[in-house]
Amino acid sequence: MKKQFFNVPDSSGHFGQYGGRFVPETLMPALIELEEAYLNLKKDKTFLRKLKELQKDFIGRATPLYFAENLTQKIGGAKIYLKREDLCHTGAHKINNALAQALLAKKMGKTRVIAETGAGQHGVATATGAALAGLECDVYMGAEDVRRQSLNVFRMKLLGAKVIEVTLGSKTLKDAINEALRDWTTNVRNTHYVMGTAFGPHPYPMMVRNFQSVIGQEARRQILQKEKRLPDCLIACVGGGSNSIGLFHPFLKDNIKMIGVEAGGLGVKSGKHAARFAGGSLGVFQGCKSYLLQDDDGNVLGTHSVSAGLDYASVGPEHAYLRDMHKVEYTSVKDNEALKAFELLSRTEGIIPALESSHAIAQGIKTAKKLGNKSIIIINLSGRGDKDVQEVAKIKGISL
Amino acid sequence: MSRISKAFSHLHETGSKALIPYIMAGDPSLEATKKYISDLEAAGADIIELGVPFSDPLADGPTIQRASERALKHGTTLKKVLALVTEIRKTSEIPIILMTYYNLIFHYGVRTFVQDAVKAGVDGVIIPDLIPDEADELIVPARKYGLDTIFLLAPTSTKDRIAIATKAATGFIYYVSMTGITGSRLTTGKAMRDTLNSIRKDAGKPVAIGFGVSTPDEAAKVAVLADGVIVGSAIVKRIAEGKDIKKFVRSLKNAISKNRAVK
Repeated sequence: MKKQFFNVPDSSGHFGQYGGRFVPETLMPALIELEEAYLNLKKDKTFLRKLKELQKDFIGRATPLYFAENLTQKIGGAKIYLKREDLCHTGAHKINNALAQALLAKKMGKTRVIAETGAGQHGVATATGAALAGLECDVYMGAEDVRRQSLNVFRMKLLGAKVIEVTLGSKTLKDAINEALRDWTTNVRNTHYVMGTAFGPHPYPMMVRNFQSVIGQEARRQILQKEKRLPDCLIACVGGGSNSIGLFHPFLKDNIKMIGVEAGGLGVKSGKHAARFAGGSLGVFQGCKSYLLQDDDGNVLGTHSVSAGLDYASVGPEHAYLRDMHKVEYTSVKDNEALKAFELLSRTEGIIPALESSHAIAQGIKTAKKLGNKSIIIINLSGRGDKDVQEVAKIKGISL
Repeated sequence: MSRISKAFSHLHETGSKALIPYIMAGDPSLEATKKYISDLEAAGADIIELGVPFSDPLADGPTIQRASERALKHGTTLKKVLALVTEIRKTSEIPIILMTYYNLIFHYGVRTFVQDAVKAGVDGVIIPDLIPDEADELIVPARKYGLDTIFLLAPTSTKDRIAIATKAATGFIYYVSMTGITGSRLTTGKAMRDTLNSIRKDAGKPVAIGFGVSTPDEAAKVAVLADGVIVGSAIVKRIAEGKDIKKFVRSLKNAISKNRAVK
């Protein structure tokens, strides 16, 4: 029997045994309303035309598929292409989803959007979408992250958003999501929650995937144009998993090797990581069923990664499903490997990648070495590294 | 008939409303919780709602979040809370409901949890992040072993959602008085009264109102609309401040006992 990898989720949001809707009842009408509105918009030609126009003129799509010739030569294996999501407006793939959701919120008659953010990229993207659509915008951010990412906090404020510091719990991304969900539960009538990744309750994992699939659709077209054939391997980093599912999804019908890269932190054995597949187990967290880093009693564990965008205790349910189906392979890359790749790409190609994307680059280098020089790899360069420069300097003991 | 249904049916006969106080197990310790439960019973509580702490309580406001953090810090686990209920059952028959988040139960093993909970003497569960649509794994063993599954409804609930929750709920239905989290501010309006009337009439199951009830006055106000009143954050806050809860709970009970307008 041919497996229908691309025919998920089912009508209530299940990807096999993963996904679903694990939320307070108060939110159910809003999730149903959102799902209906989204499914209608998918057929709304005016909306789709508007979205396409803004993808082109506002975000700057299509982003290039760039042949990294220097890196390819330096590694001496497969041809490496980079999908340049770092060139998107606001500096990462996050805007693909945030802009579309802001337009959707406007269309639904909501006057306010809220979002969670870790490093601030999704917060900035949502603030940007809200500014364009003329919506009020509040962004929840852990106090710890506010301190680490002061530049992005100021960017959000410049864009007219309010940044709400979360001081409860571990004061990081997961606590920001808890607070955003609490806010949404309270203000559900006029507020839309712009979730930043392919996670949470249905329809978010499906909707965010579809808004991000523009990455893979373009990449597929571009590689066929340049190489007259499909690539042998796709590689992307996986936090919640939106940039990776965006790249992978349009290729699921093809027989291509795909690798999702999680944050290995200080190593899976150290316990300080965000490798949910290697170190986690099945759980229910923040709206859906998936792999989760949890203790023996089912409480959620703290995570660690040098990159804030991968530093999360669970992973998008479709990834768990694709792993079970043996369609995508998941691996992890440690902090120090990612930092090396960060520097290597900067020097060889003149591109400073985000620390998240640096995990994909590090894995790409390993894979390229193994594959022969007739092979082709596409790595999703999901964001630019400007936001990480201060952090990297700090790690290297350089004061700016 | 379950202890919960018996309690409601007894109250109904006497024209009274159920007072359902909530406390967090293990805050500040499990021994203290045991003492608090006996205080609550002595002060007139009809059913006890016992919170089991979870690392990410997304339906709770700051008061219960902090209680949860304290209880976790003291090593409170679902297993230990079940042992506590076993202990309490030696001396008390007051209905006990556990309120916690689904991952703790899912991780424990849903069927095993239901069996262990019933064996310990737990009468029902409230799981704020589990909607009936996702609850088959819980409902099937719960019916088999006799554990009430209490589902929630909210002012935002549509007719469809009300039908789904009332069908799946046993024991009673937990009506969230507002769109919000525990400990938010209470409002009662005509829309809420209409919804409540239709739930009570159509479902034929008791309804208790929670979220936002913090004073005897408010308890009295919502008691006339329902079969029971749940008070959580206001009690948890008193416990956190080291205050006596008996007098407060008695005042809540007195306030709702004066309101006997049962429809």
